[in-house]
Amino acid sequence: MTSFGWPRVRGCGRTWAHRSGQRTVPFRSFSHRSLQAAARRLRPAAFCIFAAVAAAVMVAGGPAGAEGPQISHFSLDNGLEVVVIPDHRAPVVTHMVWYKVGSADEQAGKSGLAHFLEHLMFKGTDKNPQGRFSQTLATIGGQENAFTTADYTGYFQRIAREYLPTVMEFEADRMTGLVLTEANVPPERDVVLEEYNMRVANSPEARLGEQVAAALYLNHPYGRPVIGWRPELEKLNREDALAFYRRFYTPNNAVLVIAGDVTVDEVRRLAEKTYGKVAARAEIGPRMRPQEPAPVAVRQVTLADPRVAQPSLQRSYLVPSSTTAKAGESEALEVLAHVLGSGETSRLYRSLVVEQHLATTAGGWYQGTALDDARFGVYASPLPGVTFAALEAALDAVIAEIAEHGIAADELDRAKTRLVADAVYAQDNQATMARWYGAALTTGATMERVTSWPKRVHGVTADAVRDVARAWLDKRRSVTGYLVKELPSTEKHS
Amino acid sequence: MIAGPRSGFQSRQLGFLSAVVSVAAVLMTPPAADATTIERIVSPGGIEAWLVQEPSVPLIALDFAFRGGADQDPVDKPGVASMATSLLDEGAGEYDSKTFHERIEAKAIQLGFSAGRDHAAGSLRTLSANQDEAVELLRLALTAARFDASDVERIREQTLSGLRRETTSPNEIASKRWWSTAFPGHPYGRPVRGSIQSVPTINVSDLKDYMRRVFARDTLKIGIVGDIDAAAAGKLIDKAFGDLPAKGNLVAVPVAAPQGLGQKIAIDLDVPQSVLMLGGVGIPRHDPDFMAAFVVNHVLGGGSFSSRLYREVREVRGLAYSVFSTLIPLDHASLFMTGTATRGDRAVETLEVLESEIHRLAESGPTEDELTKAKSFLTGSFGLRFDTSGKIAEQLVQLQLDDLGIDYIDKRNSLVEAVTMADVKRVAKRLLDGGMLITVVGRPPVTAAKGG
Repeated sequence: MTSFGWPRVRGCGRTWAHRSGQRTVPFRSFSHRSLQAAARRLRPAAFCIFAAVAAAVMVAGGPAGAEGPQISHFSLDNGLEVVVIPDHRAPVVTHMVWYKVGSADEQAGKSGLAHFLEHLMFKGTDKNPQGRFSQTLATIGGQENAFTTADYTGYFQRIAREYLPTVMEFEADRMTGLVLTEANVPPERDVVLEEYNMRVANSPEARLGEQVAAALYLNHPYGRPVIGWRPELEKLNREDALAFYRRFYTPNNAVLVIAGDVTVDEVRRLAEKTYGKVAARAEIGPRMRPQEPAPVAVRQVTLADPRVAQPSLQRSYLVPSSTTAKAGESEALEVLAHVLGSGETSRLYRSLVVEQHLATTAGGWYQGTALDDARFGVYASPLPGVTFAALEAALDAVIAEIAEHGIAADELDRAKTRLVADAVYAQDNQATMARWYGAALTTGATMERVTSWPKRVHGVTADAVRDVARAWLDKRRSVTGYLVKELPSTEKHS
Repeated sequence: MIAGPRSGFQSRQLGFLSAVVSVAAVLMTPPAADATTIERIVSPGGIEAWLVQEPSVPLIALDFAFRGGADQDPVDKPGVASMATSLLDEGAGEYDSKTFHERIEAKAIQLGFSAGRDHAAGSLRTLSANQDEAVELLRLALTAARFDASDVERIREQTLSGLRRETTSPNEIASKRWWSTAFPGHPYGRPVRGSIQSVPTINVSDLKDYMRRVFARDTLKIGIVGDIDAAAAGKLIDKAFGDLPAKGNLVAVPVAAPQGLGQKIAIDLDVPQSVLMLGGVGIPRHDPDFMAAFVVNHVLGGGSFSSRLYREVREVRGLAYSVFSTLIPLDHASLFMTGTATRGDRAVETLEVLESEIHRLAESGPTEDELTKAKSFLTGSFGLRFDTSGKIAEQLVQLQLDDLGIDYIDKRNSLVEAVTMADVKRVAKRLLDGGMLITVVGRPPVTAAKGG
């Protein structure tokens, strides 16, 4: 009846929207729960979801009956890629358009622009002015939202199947027809500033997270927050948004993903009738961002905030993403993240929380779904009376142990089982399926990469896990962030 | 996700589910059930469950709930229910915590428990191939949780760590102050996860006592969805729940109404964004006016991007990212709540907008156009609650907790359609004109606000 008391299943993949302190920034948020979703945990849950760019199409030898749906992929003449994921269990469709543009594609000085434009995309077009799209959804009972990350920007609607042609028409129109006015842009910028206040300014953990990312990326724009640096965000205007829109919003830079009660023939016909009429309006070259030099320095940042009632530590390493990794490395990093830091069987939790009584929580994650070199994170919150030095020494020892001796066979098996099973669980949720494909195709992966994922995870060996731990979890590749109530007096002045 | 009632169904356009009131003898003579029916099954052991068969994905989703959550906590020990449910997967039967988690992990099972104000709930997701192990682990967790001292201390420390964080969270401060002010001396006035004072005093006998009183078959509600037939589902629920005692022993909780309406409590906290929380008397789930109230709430601040609060607070004035209103029909009180968060120097203005919109809707009710669109949205979106096994399992449990009947989803949209303009005008007044208790956390404090 209410949002109280519903079970939260542990593990990945069940929810994805409205998290704070993460790199996915949804457009709107309604629930009280999301209002209260102040960063309680140091590890953004979204990383968990996108860490597993899992496959829907199970390989032979997977669980019985787990073949999954027949997924189609094709392109229109104007360059729009289309993915169709049939799921006929309910007469419902999830319709998503993903643009291959995110905050890492912004020009320097305009941080936050990709996300700001995402908000402004709801303001209407020539043909459908003043939010007529949203009003239509509000009438037919459709859900809608949008999200921005460093690499992609997505828009979606969830609707009864017979409204699919309607939303396709609206979304195709919005691809090039946006109209912004001097009247409707400034209030939306205030909205985004409130979003910044909610997600970042009010949350010490999120503030530290921004500093860690900024210190980790010396040259690559992944170092700046998706929501933007506030002084730059305050100055973004209508012209900035429209220029960005004209440059990146074009069918040849987009992926349409439709999941649910549809057939591929029907989608192809509708797509040609709607999106097919939108002319490509910009040449999209390769996505070249400034890359990271080889990291050489162990870095630490400390953020003090009088509201910190529970200190914590978070560390990020610069590691290859699924797209930049050598064959097998990204999969091994997935398994490593699982063994090292996922849940109560993980090495970090067992050692720091259960055995040594140093931390209230501890874990790790790998955010592998990225176009350029990505992040591997570990975190822990000390028990009262435990120093950061003691906590960090224990954390370092856990990592060193894996880098030296690798992992046990049962750990490897459990991790693989869980990662591959996530692909089956995903089949239960058309929106999850749509997101996996959309995120993969907008971060440089191919369809084959997605569908072969379980097979590649199956192929990970204990030696490979040891090797990636050794190669990439080198402290010189990392930034460690400490969240404290106040700085030691020696650090306040220098 | 939208906090609020999850009930009703769109059958005109989204006829995924339709109810089949099945019989107790289902296990002997399974009906011709397919993926579009809800079956009421009764296991050989006499336990009722609602089932939706869905063989196309090799998964089983099982949700369940017992009456009795934090409202059953001892008066001086809030947090018992929350702590007990947090410990159910920390070792049970012969498996210590580590072994228990490893067994879950080895079969990629998802198992979770939680306690809310009125209920304890659980959720199991498993590949159908692993159902035997999944159900055995569930059975152990429900009937033989160990509460080993080291695990109790670990969960206690985690809880305390979370509570320490909450001491400086504006959302948590606003919420806790609201509930403690609205329900003095009532279980709803106590914090669900306990307090920094209470959690250290909770001992194993408190946890075991809570389990004994609450985890019993007489208030158990079960929903199962997935790759399983009625006969197998009957065996499964007997195995999982058959060892529970037949009867629980709940402390009676009095019906209560929120106190302090008309009060405004300003709490000073140095944060860039102030949090506003307003709550008043709602409408009970079985009240004839409930559905009209549901429509009124939608018009004011419910789920679409066209609500009055959304437009006035966010779109026109840019005051907030998130603004909501919701009906919260608890077992022992009915509430209506709204809230938002805005920069400190505009908190007074934002509160005025909220109060003025509430007042305006109470006085004049929705327009014809708003009423039409609200009904259309609420009927049209209903089917979106039924497109995954997990969501359907949640719905099956909720329908039973609400005692709405197995045919409710067939009737629900006609109940929405039946709401008239006279209904919403009357109910808008009833719902929105009773005054609100307001908590605002931020700086500067909002004591200068007019009205209240």
